[in-house]
Amino acid sequence: MKIISNIIIPLIVLGIIFYGFKKKVNVYDTFLEGAKEGLVMIFKLAPAIVAMVFAINIFIRSNVIYFVLGFLSDFFEKINVPLEILPMAFVRPISGTASLAILANILQTAGPDSFVGLLASTLQGCTDTTIYVLALYFGSVKITKTRYALPVGLCADLVGIIASFIVVKWLFL
Amino acid sequence: MINIVWVLLIGIGIIFSLISGNVEVINNEIVTSAKAGINLVIELIPMMVLWSGLMNIASSSGLLDKFAHLIKPLLNKIFPSLKNDKAIGYVASNVAANMIGLGSAATPFGLKAMEEMQKENSKKDTASDAMITFLVLNTSGVTIIPTTVIALRMATGSANPSCIILSSVIATFLASAAGLFIDYLIRRRHR
Repeated sequence: MKIISNIIIPLIVLGIIFYGFKKKVNVYDTFLEGAKEGLVMIFKLAPAIVAMVFAINIFIRSNVIYFVLGFLSDFFEKINVPLEILPMAFVRPISGTASLAILANILQTAGPDSFVGLLASTLQGCTDTTIYVLALYFGSVKITKTRYALPVGLCADLVGIIASFIVVKWLFL
Repeated sequence: MINIVWVLLIGIGIIFSLISGNVEVINNEIVTSAKAGINLVIELIPMMVLWSGLMNIASSSGLLDKFAHLIKPLLNKIFPSLKNDKAIGYVASNVAANMIGLGSAATPFGLKAMEEMQKENSKKDTASDAMITFLVLNTSGVTIIPTTVIALRMATGSANPSCIILSSVIATFLASAAGLFIDYLIRRRHR
């Protein structure tokens, strides 16, 4: 398992660079151009990230989640679901930045290689921000009646959350 | 939407801590959270810059198009109602870009795909079957390399930052498959 995970990135990097070189693309200049765009993009995102970390950290540190979900904690403990993951699972379909802020929080407090850390990492990678994507794409062509798009999208997210949990358990424990 | 979420997070957090006598922690959090936010941005910069550079090579060398071409036959099966070849092409590019973690390049392709699908749509204010299938596929986000996650894991001292690639891919695949299957069942019942 470790070998597969370790080999994917080097292979993709090698493939991209060789293919570009073969097609006579000026690989170096093209890289710089793209890297510059990446830098601009992250700086454009910076205010949104600060805003979300601010809100998420206040929410998490107030411990309100333990108060509200306290009566469910026995149930989640029984099925071995860490309570820290719930805000993230809830926020993931709404805002990518918000779930990123929660992920950062979890990785810092519980550690990236803990069970919660691995679970949160997988969760962030496995689904997209469903509600945001639907709003953007349907909005772009002025569609107001979205029929069953949202429920199906959220169902897929739920499957992703459950699958993350099972897969992380199976792969890492 | 995000507007409401933001207000709720801050409002609930502060009011609850006032009630529960936890206000010192929150006071501290307000003062330090901006720094935590900027730290997060800084932690994301290296991967973002590196990956955007590499992906620019992939898209200008035509590797992305080639990849899109490869998954086109599969998409023809997933979108039986879509006869517009241009739309399928955009969908393929969108999915391909999303797969290799090129989210910002994926969005323009996705919007183009929606535009093409809207041309074939008989009711202009209502989503067509093909649009819903496309968005289900898109929101379950088939990503092979979650670069931001890896960057964050690296920054927090993970022994193996990229070890979550495999678990993400499997979970993504299951989520997409489930979404497409439910979508298929609904379409069949509607007919």
